[in-house]
Amino acid sequence: MGGVQTPLFASAAEVGERLAQAGYLADAATATTVFLADRLGKPLLVEGPAGVGKTELAKAVATVTGSGLVRLQCYEGIDEARALYEWDYRKQLLRLQVDRDAGETGWDVERGHIFSEEFLLARPLLEAIRRTEPTVLLIDETDKADVEVEGLLLEVLSDFQVTIPELGTIVAERRPFVVLTSNSTRELTEALKRRCLYLHLDYPDAERERAIVLERVPEVGEQLADQLVRTVRALRAMELKKAPSIAESIDWARTLVTLGLDTLDAEAVRTTLGVVLKHASDAARATTELKLS
Amino acid sequence: MSPTGLLGTLEGFTAALREAGVPAGTSEVLDATRVLGAIDLLDRSQLRAGLAATLVKRPLHRPTFDLLFDLWWPPAVGDPTGLTAGDPSEEPGEPDVEALRDELRRLLLDDDDEALRRFARLAVSQLGHLGAQPGRQSWFTYRVLRALSPETLIAALLDALLAGEPRGGLAEQVARQQLQERIAALRAYVEAEVRRRVAEERDRDQVARTSLPPLADQVDFLRAQRDELAAMRRTVQPLARRLASRLAARRRLGRAGRLDIRRTVRASLGTGGVPVVTHHRPRRVHKPELVVLCDVSGSVAGFAHFTLMLTAALREQFSRVRAFAFVDTCDEVTRLFGPGADLVDSVRRLSREADLVRYDGHSDYGHSFRVFADSWPDAVGPKTSLLVLGDARTNYRDPGLPLLKGLVDRSRHAYWLNPEPRREWGSGDSVADRYGEVIEMVECRNVAQLTDFVGRLLPV
Repeated sequence: MGGVQTPLFASAAEVGERLAQAGYLADAATATTVFLADRLGKPLLVEGPAGVGKTELAKAVATVTGSGLVRLQCYEGIDEARALYEWDYRKQLLRLQVDRDAGETGWDVERGHIFSEEFLLARPLLEAIRRTEPTVLLIDETDKADVEVEGLLLEVLSDFQVTIPELGTIVAERRPFVVLTSNSTRELTEALKRRCLYLHLDYPDAERERAIVLERVPEVGEQLADQLVRTVRALRAMELKKAPSIAESIDWARTLVTLGLDTLDAEAVRTTLGVVLKHASDAARATTELKLS
Repeated sequence: MSPTGLLGTLEGFTAALREAGVPAGTSEVLDATRVLGAIDLLDRSQLRAGLAATLVKRPLHRPTFDLLFDLWWPPAVGDPTGLTAGDPSEEPGEPDVEALRDELRRLLLDDDDEALRRFARLAVSQLGHLGAQPGRQSWFTYRVLRALSPETLIAALLDALLAGEPRGGLAEQVARQQLQERIAALRAYVEAEVRRRVAEERDRDQVARTSLPPLADQVDFLRAQRDELAAMRRTVQPLARRLASRLAARRRLGRAGRLDIRRTVRASLGTGGVPVVTHHRPRRVHKPELVVLCDVSGSVAGFAHFTLMLTAALREQFSRVRAFAFVDTCDEVTRLFGPGADLVDSVRRLSREADLVRYDGHSDYGHSFRVFADSWPDAVGPKTSLLVLGDARTNYRDPGLPLLKGLVDRSRHAYWLNPEPRREWGSGDSVADRYGEVIEMVECRNVAQLTDFVGRLLPV
């Protein structure tokens, strides 16, 4: 690892501007943290409620830097073979068969053959390390994976290298920009957090959210966007099971546009509330507290 | 600022963070140092974001970080408004409160946070100073807020926001919410500014120590304010989700069950008929029945409500949850916490719909236990985990020890969660120590302790 890799961005302000050009409106803290993750060569751990744009951030960084996006979607029970690499044993068996028929046997011959790059199936982590083009590695929903997988990530994320016993250690020629996301359904281990820069993405302030809604759904218009954002903020202030996030605000704006509604009165909110609130009890609570009926 | 000065400040800052319970380790501090070299140091928001990214890795610690950051890297030095330049003990003349209130009225309708912050600074320097004796604090939040009294502006502001729309509907609720948010922001800015001024006159470390609120999961149930309780209730769902997934992980790590022949044979086909990997059936999970018996009298209601909501949210982890509440008599409240119920609402209906008070609304443990044992004799059985919640303050009435012992003997496990600190057990009318002889009594003063307990209670 050279450490002399050219940085992707020149300043935190530039991060903000370029992300905005890609349609991702980041606040100052987000822009600074992305900038630092690149400068210090550290992975970026993004935590926050569902639907605030954690995955989008990684995609936007990939777009503005012209990098390829390699994505590792975590789930319960994901293991080394799915995350890092796997030997293609079917192909290896086939090779053994062919060699035996051709009379070329013997362990030394075989070892050289069947444990070579040809039989290696690279999974996202290894692929991101091996790529020579600029790369953004997105490790999505890290909290869904088991704790052992985090141990696996440690080697990859601190040294940007992967050790394969049969082949040796593969070191990244070009360090990927790594983004990990988490919905914090569980606390990630201290060891992993220590290696990352941490960014807590929360619901944005009113002005930014309005800008985001207008960016994504321009048809909605300034005035309706304003009403919508204020209403969503009122909803968030209630004690709900699942507070609406930006994704819901955007969906709501789309719905209102599709239905041709140009003002958000009690009637409009009542009929479209299902887009924003996903629990029946939440909807009932909102109906009483906002005096919709 | 010279590099040694900057690093010195960082060192003091991280020490204060650690003292406040934010675990900033050596490698975090090293990273923070590298951050200082990479960012534009003149941009305070960059500095804040950069340090937060390296030093704070749990949202729980962020308020502490922000408060300390404002003390170590104050947004301004001295009197930035330039109004009270010169000798601070000299009275700056009568401040024009009405002009300030007019300005505030305009700012509250707006979205501009920076302007509001500037206004808070101005207001503090004009209204917050009290001619001080030497060595005494001379800046006060309450003086500013009392003079401005933003709450009294709400009615007029609502009229402005609604612009002729009728009151009482959606529009008013939304507008109200907006104003409350802005006033809360104003209050926070004023508090921050007052802290800054006090820290300038006095010792910074001391201000840091005295003004730090406890971490959210360390807030005492019995001392929590209304908004703190509401904030706690909002954490119930995420907390339950975290507990449940921690449990699922523990279950997966536990021993596997019997061999699954079909899946093993099928998997062996990939390795030429040799069963290299065996597959096992998942173990049957033992799910206990949970009976919660809780004191919901005024003194412990906040604690009882939170715990009830948490157990209700964890319903799937038990084969059955039954909830009983009592003050001086007992009633079943399970129906209020059914699937899909709005937990906040359930708590509100609790005292209204259930029959809990016989005489005066003071806890009567003895009678409540008797009613419970007589009316629902089959509620506690050999599969039941029994959870009693309460402060064990009997108001010098009969504690009903034999009744409780009978319940404990019939149950599989029994615990008593007491929100009072252990050193107060047995003092005054508390019979916690006597109850402790027949049931395992656990101190449960804050969310952290409760989380810990529920984690241990739940089955693997």
